[in-house]
Amino acid sequence: MNRREFIKIAGVGAGSLAFATPLFDFSKEEILAPDAHPGMYSKRTPTYCEICFWKCAGWVHTNDKGQIWKITGNNDDPHSNGRLCPRGTGGVGMYTDEDRLKTPLIRTGERGKQVFREATWDEAFTYIADGLKKIAEEHGPECVALFTHGSGGKYFGDLIKAYGSKNIAAPSYAQCRGPREVGFIATYGEGVQSPERVDIRDTRCLVLIGSHFGENMHNGPVQEIAQATGKGATIITVDPRFSTVASKSKFWLPIKPATDMALLLAWMHVIINEDLYDKEYIEKYAYGFEDLKAHVAQMTPEWAYGITTIKPEVIRETAREMANASPRVIVHPGRHVTWYGDDTQRLRAVAMLNALLGSWGRRGGYYYPAKVSFKSFPHPAFPKPARSWKDAFPGKYKLAGLALASGICDATVPSSERDCSFKGWIVNGTNLIHTLPNQENTLKAIDALDLMVVIDTMPMEITGYADVILPECTYLERYDNIRVGPHREPTIALRMPAAKPKYNTKPAWWMAKGIAEKMGLGHYFAWKDIEEKLEWELKQVGSSLEEMKRLGVKKFQRDDDDPLYPMEDLDDFEFYTNTGKIELYSTAMEDEGYDPLPKYTAHEEPPYGYYRLIYGRAPMHTFSRTANNPNLTDLMDENSVWVNPKVAQEWDLKNGQYLWLENQDGVVSKTPIKVRITERIRFDSVYMVHGFGHTNNKLTRAYGRGASDADLITKVHIDPVMGGTGMRGNFVTFRFEAGKELSS
Amino acid sequence: MIEEIITSGRMNPEIDPVLHVWGWEIPFYLFLGGLAAGILIFSAYFTLRGRQDELPIAVKWMPLSVPFLIGIGLISLLLDLSHILYAWQLFTNIRWESPMSWGAWTLLIITPLSIAWIAIWMEDIFPKWDWKFDEVKTVVKWLKEQRRILAQILILLSIILGMYTGILLSAFNARPFWNTSILGPLFLTSGLSASAALIAYFSKTELEKRLFTRIDIILIGIELFMIVHLFMGHLAGTQVHIQAAQMFLGGAYTVPFWTFVVGLGLLLPVSLELLELKHKFIPAIVPVVLIIAGNLALRFIVVSAGQASRWLY
Amino acid sequence: MRYAMAVDTQKCVGCNDCVVACQTENDVPIGHCRDWIVEVTTGTYPDLGLEIRSERCNHCANAPCVRTCPTEASHYAAGGIVLVEEDECIGCKACITSCPYDARFIHPEGYVDKCTFCIHRVEKGQNPACVSVCPTHAMIFGNLDDPNSDISKAMATRKWKSLIPEAGTEPKVFYLL
Ligand SMILES: Nc1nc2c(c(=O)[nH]1)N[C@H]1C(S)=C(S)[C@@H](COP(=O)(O)OP(=O)(O)OC[C@H]3O[C@@H](n4cnc5c(=O)[nH]c(N)nc54)[C@H](O)[C@@H]3O)O[C@H]1N2
Ligand SMILES: Nc1nc2c(c(=O)[nH]1)N[C@H]1C(S)=C(S)[C@@H](COP(=O)(O)OP(=O)(O)OC[C@H]3O[C@@H](n4cnc5c(=O)[nH]c(N)nc54)[C@H](O)[C@@H]3O)O[C@H]1N2
Ligand code: SF4
Ligand code: SF4
Ligand code: SF4
Ligand code: SF4
Ligand code: SF4
Ligand SMILES: [Mo]
Repeated sequence: MNRREFIKIAGVGAGSLAFATPLFDFSKEEILAPDAHPGMYSKRTPTYCEICFWKCAGWVHTNDKGQIWKITGNNDDPHSNGRLCPRGTGGVGMYTDEDRLKTPLIRTGERGKQVFREATWDEAFTYIADGLKKIAEEHGPECVALFTHGSGGKYFGDLIKAYGSKNIAAPSYAQCRGPREVGFIATYGEGVQSPERVDIRDTRCLVLIGSHFGENMHNGPVQEIAQATGKGATIITVDPRFSTVASKSKFWLPIKPATDMALLLAWMHVIINEDLYDKEYIEKYAYGFEDLKAHVAQMTPEWAYGITTIKPEVIRETAREMANASPRVIVHPGRHVTWYGDDTQRLRAVAMLNALLGSWGRRGGYYYPAKVSFKSFPHPAFPKPARSWKDAFPGKYKLAGLALASGICDATVPSSERDCSFKGWIVNGTNLIHTLPNQENTLKAIDALDLMVVIDTMPMEITGYADVILPECTYLERYDNIRVGPHREPTIALRMPAAKPKYNTKPAWWMAKGIAEKMGLGHYFAWKDIEEKLEWELKQVGSSLEEMKRLGVKKFQRDDDDPLYPMEDLDDFEFYTNTGKIELYSTAMEDEGYDPLPKYTAHEEPPYGYYRLIYGRAPMHTFSRTANNPNLTDLMDENSVWVNPKVAQEWDLKNGQYLWLENQDGVVSKTPIKVRITERIRFDSVYMVHGFGHTNNKLTRAYGRGASDADLITKVHIDPVMGGTGMRGNFVTFRFEAGKELSS
Repeated sequence: MIEEIITSGRMNPEIDPVLHVWGWEIPFYLFLGGLAAGILIFSAYFTLRGRQDELPIAVKWMPLSVPFLIGIGLISLLLDLSHILYAWQLFTNIRWESPMSWGAWTLLIITPLSIAWIAIWMEDIFPKWDWKFDEVKTVVKWLKEQRRILAQILILLSIILGMYTGILLSAFNARPFWNTSILGPLFLTSGLSASAALIAYFSKTELEKRLFTRIDIILIGIELFMIVHLFMGHLAGTQVHIQAAQMFLGGAYTVPFWTFVVGLGLLLPVSLELLELKHKFIPAIVPVVLIIAGNLALRFIVVSAGQASRWLY
Repeated sequence: MRYAMAVDTQKCVGCNDCVVACQTENDVPIGHCRDWIVEVTTGTYPDLGLEIRSERCNHCANAPCVRTCPTEASHYAAGGIVLVEEDECIGCKACITSCPYDARFIHPEGYVDKCTFCIHRVEKGQNPACVSVCPTHAMIFGNLDDPNSDISKAMATRKWKSLIPEAGTEPKVFYLL
């Protein structure tokens, strides 16, 4: 008897229910989710996850009492393939957390002192509408900005566009993947996008530069890495820390931090000099190969060894490993790439290395994603703003494709150089205190505001500075826009409420529409309610709300003339670059006065007794947003500072002891952090997981637990090309007592 | 460097970071069980030897305490049960492989028998005692006739009870420190020693006092021998057993064990008793208190140390 | 029929998904867990090794917890799954002390709880909750007596180990190396 039969027979024993339905999805070799049995659980509702921006689609299961019980993945969803990551599975905790914001609040005390009174929604809306009108009259609507990181941003975006501003910034650009998009656009005329267009599933060799999948729990790549290695793919990981994925890699290159550019250039040197590159591909698609060849001629592995501490033979061997797998090789672009200020250039080097290996547009390399062309519910044209955030930075960050959260923050701090600074912020789903580097600057900016509105689900640090706090219900209790993500095949996904909003909380769409109506801008939100809007939109793509409630995820066909791997399937291809080719030599960069070919520049090194502060993710948490989630804090309720045993010995540190970190500018962490002595970190660096060290005591589980890397990132290395905030040039030392500056 | 960590923040209370599911209740219960067993053994044994009138404290008086000792013991056992409303389930099953089970059953049987045993002696101790009901009188009379058989049964059950207090622990393979067959005899001996000391303390006659002092000295000697054996056994065992023994040979339990159990609980009282036999004046209360305290300490420390010892993987 | 589980240490990234999934599926109270993750780092920088294991009750074929239970609350169920019957458990904790893997705990309601191999799902032909969520497909559940089951095949073709075999418990959770 094989397993299938066995399971079937076991199922028969369990009754006709199991017998009546096929228990296996043969295409996936998977036992079907419980939901395959109608009536087994009282209800399941479609959703897509909001705990991170991979946006996996899944099902919220409610038990027979109508309470939310668990969340599982949707088998038809290419983002999750039926399996959520730990954070998505633990998403129930976002809903059950009893520390949630419960009702609108209006500030009564000094900003930051956290004294609020409860207000009705109407009061809150009136307050906001009046504040916005006043700013519009006194300074112009362009002096209002929206910071957003989350689904509701779409509605608040429409609100401020209707109001007359287009300053909409997400921390996922200048603090995250901005340099990558710019570097790849400069090379291929297209960005990497999210979800990343990497064909890990079918690759033979995956090169990870800092990307720490397995800890970075982006669901798709983690699943596909396991799949690819199962089929024999090799992994090469470049990381100063023995990351989880480093432990699964054939090659781990324990690089000296801040020197990756030298390694990338040396790899290109080897691949060109040993004739390992994809000649046909380069000839056909690339521009500037000879320039590159000349550029890297002196950049030998021996040269790089002195910089990176990676042995020349290892550099050669890994270059050959990639070339052997070519074109089914991915030098992964990473995602959080704002490290050292020359990040766009480093990502250019990554893009170019991929081009030499011929992986762009090829199976097992970079695919061409497709998405459903989706029409939004019609609204009148938005007014044209007279100014934008860019006007604050003449001649700077010329290739920035999106607004810079950090830039808007800078442009809010009053300055004699500008005739107008920002006066109003709407902050939706981003905890800027932990998210932006240089907290002092952020606080200065906030101090200068006339109006600050924060839409959040939790009493996070940022809410403490708001004039008005609007409590949003969690993603499990609301509708949002249809997810229309690019992927191998186009899909759409629905999120709908699985339970009634708890407390006096409301969804973003309801708030934005309400404020708009208060301000006489209701005609921009011409739908009666969200269901009407979604119904209309779904109809345009041949679906309906009823169908989506049933399916959760709907797949569409790719257009025939839009192949997944155009460099394999099309005879000809024109890239969206100035030359129509893959620009190894970037004319766009040259035009704007930046280096057309990436150069290695040495970065500052830690002074004696200091260690480079590097940070990353823990698989069970997302930034600072999950630090109070009861299910997830149960797994990990504080971060620790990883210290090499040699360093620990020098400082006489004990495993588990608490201490404070102090950075090169004398800034001390607000909270103490536990020492973890481990061989997994280099002796010249310390490591911590981002997102801990909360200082808002309304977060009963997160308050004071662990320390915040953001506290210690006071020196920012701005990327001149696009304004990304390089955050890894900070150095810390150990301190055995709290900083004086610590307020109660 | 080997670093082994549980990253899930596993926190099953009383299990992590170290097991300590058994607090004071279980060792106290074990102590009382051992004491009760010791008392019954002496009483029954000397009855069989026909010395009941020579040794009235040992044979007739001490058993009076047994139902109380067992009662308090059972209460502390019950206090330890976390699902106490289901405690009756103990007596719907007989599980021979589970010392917990046969311990409970032994107690269940030994309690009425010990009451019967007391009944036999009631009229001896309290000459004015009247059973009032004829039925009772008939039963007691019958019991008196069966005295020898009853004594034999009691000795058997009491040895089981006394051994059980140790075997309960040594049945737990998972805790290397307990993983030795010597715990049963050791706990039996130590229970006997405590009851011998008590008998000697309460006895009115020089004969009874000296007999039980001498018995106690021998028992303590045996105990010391078994303790040495226990550690030799562990040290000759696998890595985990050696590590378990090392908790007592330089580790966390070294000071409490060698000071309180061996020093103050065995060596000092045995020396005092030897002096006593040589007619040196020793306040009678001193050795008995030391022995009882040492007895308790032995069980507390062994229960605690066992839970601290674990397999490595 | 002998149910068993194999955890592929090559694939497991220690993400803890199996731990949360168990918690939500089985309403394991916050502060307790039926499964957990162990990471073992060996060596000296930069020559390092890392083994990650998702651990739980081993459903031992020779289970000391069953042996020492005075009430038969701990028992072998179909397929060799070791279960605790709540209404028979008196909370004496003998089973906890006898488990070398510390796999059991006292549920806040008083009885002893632990991994059930999700028998309620297995009976319906589904995988245990932890197995069904694992993003890397690191876990295999199935019948050891069936040579064609995925788990039998994996055990036949891969190197594996079980935990503390010398304790004689005959564990049925295996770690593929
Ligand atoms: N669980 C979880 N997963 C997440 C998130 C989360 O919050 N939680 N966030 C998501 C988001 S938005 C993002 S942007 C991604 C971020 O995830 P990644 O893009 O993978 O982030 P990195 O900053 O590259 O990752 C940090 C790693 O870089 C290494 N590192 C530090 N300095 C250097 C260096 O100089 N050179 C090299 N080569 N490596 C270095 C660190 O040791 C660490 O392993 O994660 C995503 N996934
Ligand atoms: N020091 C440091 N800074 C970093 C990073 C780092 O690693 N270290 N990482 C950078 C990266 S890669 C990124 S992408 C950004 C991420 O930056 P953010 O997205 O700002 O990260 P969070 O700290 O999670 O803040 C999210 C906020 O949204 C709220 N929230 C959660 N769910 C909802 C919801 O449904 N509705 C609403 N309205 N609010 C909600 C949370 O309560 C929290 O206040 O941070 C960047 N900044
Ligand atoms: S990767 Fe995890 S947290 Fe992110 S959307 Fe998917 S399930 Fe949610
Ligand atoms: S879910 Fe899978 S990968 Fe994650 S810890 Fe568990 S076994 Fe390992
Ligand atoms: S692992 Fe522990 S609880 Fe599970 S069967 Fe084995 S001994 Fe019993
Ligand atoms: S605690 Fe419950 S399951 Fe464990 S041994 Fe006692 S009665 Fe049996
Ligand atoms: S099999 Fe079920 S009960 Fe056991 S650990 Fe996995 S999810 Fe939990
Ligand atoms: Mo990010």
